Amino acid sequence: MPVLKSDTVPIRSDADVVAVRQIVRVWSIEAKFGLVDQTKIITAASELARNTLEYGGGGHMFIELVEEGVRKGVRLTFEDQGPGIADVEQALRDGYTSGKGMGLGLGGSKRLTNEFAIHSVVGVGTRVTVTKWK
Amino acid sequence: MERIPIIRMSKFLLVSIQVDMHDRLALALQEDLTAKINETNARGVLIDISSLELVDSFIGRIIGTIASMARVLDAETVVVGMQPAVAITLVELGMSLPGVRTALTVERGMQILERAIGPTVTEGTDAGPEE
Ligand SMILES: Nc1ncnc2c1ncn2[C@@H]1O[C@H](COP(=O)(O)OP(=O)(O)OP(=O)(O)O)[C@@H](O)[C@H]1O
Ligand SMILES: [Mg+2]
Repeated sequence: MPVLKSDTVPIRSDADVVAVRQIVRVWSIEAKFGLVDQTKIITAASELARNTLEYGGGGHMFIELVEEGVRKGVRLTFEDQGPGIADVEQALRDGYTSGKGMGLGLGGSKRLTNEFAIHSVVGVGTRVTVTKWK
Repeated sequence: MERIPIIRMSKFLLVSIQVDMHDRLALALQEDLTAKINETNARGVLIDISSLELVDSFIGRIIGTIASMARVLDAETVVVGMQPAVAITLVELGMSLPGVRTALTVERGMQILERAIGPTVTEGTDAGPEE
């Protein structure tokens, strides 16, 4: 799948989470997303960036503008070298939280995007990739 | 740190969120509002989110907490102006904002607050039967 451009955004503070939302908005406008789709992918990005910060101890987001045939999409990869997730299935369940959240971030971002993949190794880190297509 | 301004209008507190809030700013708003309700004996809180481009689980939780703290302090909370795209996304995210009343416009929100607190003695209105 052709990648038109890519960039990396560090996630070390809650100001960085705002920066993540902003770049995702700009790129999803570039991919010609309508307002609802923009809002969905920005919200998913906000959830995943906060998880990277809160549970992963910080990390980064890799953002790509991708193309498949005539459609454009935005792909986001969140990576950290945190503690990892022992039970991914449980973490994805709505309402499950190990902190004081609402347990909606992972399940919600899966619903808000078209493709969702999570790879996590205990003691090594977590990588979550989501793609939204126009 | 910057703060979101809270405006007092007779028995009510009004907040208009105009910026993309980072998490600490949202938490500060929650603290400031709770303190201000206590201090002013406000009976209602109106939060205008018409310029907010997203409500994620964190902001949603803050709004819910503000509403329940306000209730404990005998104040109603109304959230007004949520953009349709934000509302659609919130539902898909799985958030329901339990216990939070919503209205489309500031005017409607004020009406809800006025009605919720009912006629007050200080205004000298007849405490007639409700509607
Ligand atoms: N990057 C990560 N590293 C380690 N654990 C994670 C990571 N992301 C999520 N988790 C784990 O998965 C759980 C569920 O995450 P999810 O985002 O769905 O909910 P939450 O963050 O707890 O609450 P909410 O997102 O609703 O505020 C978290 O409580 C945490 O235990
Ligand atoms: Mg989360």
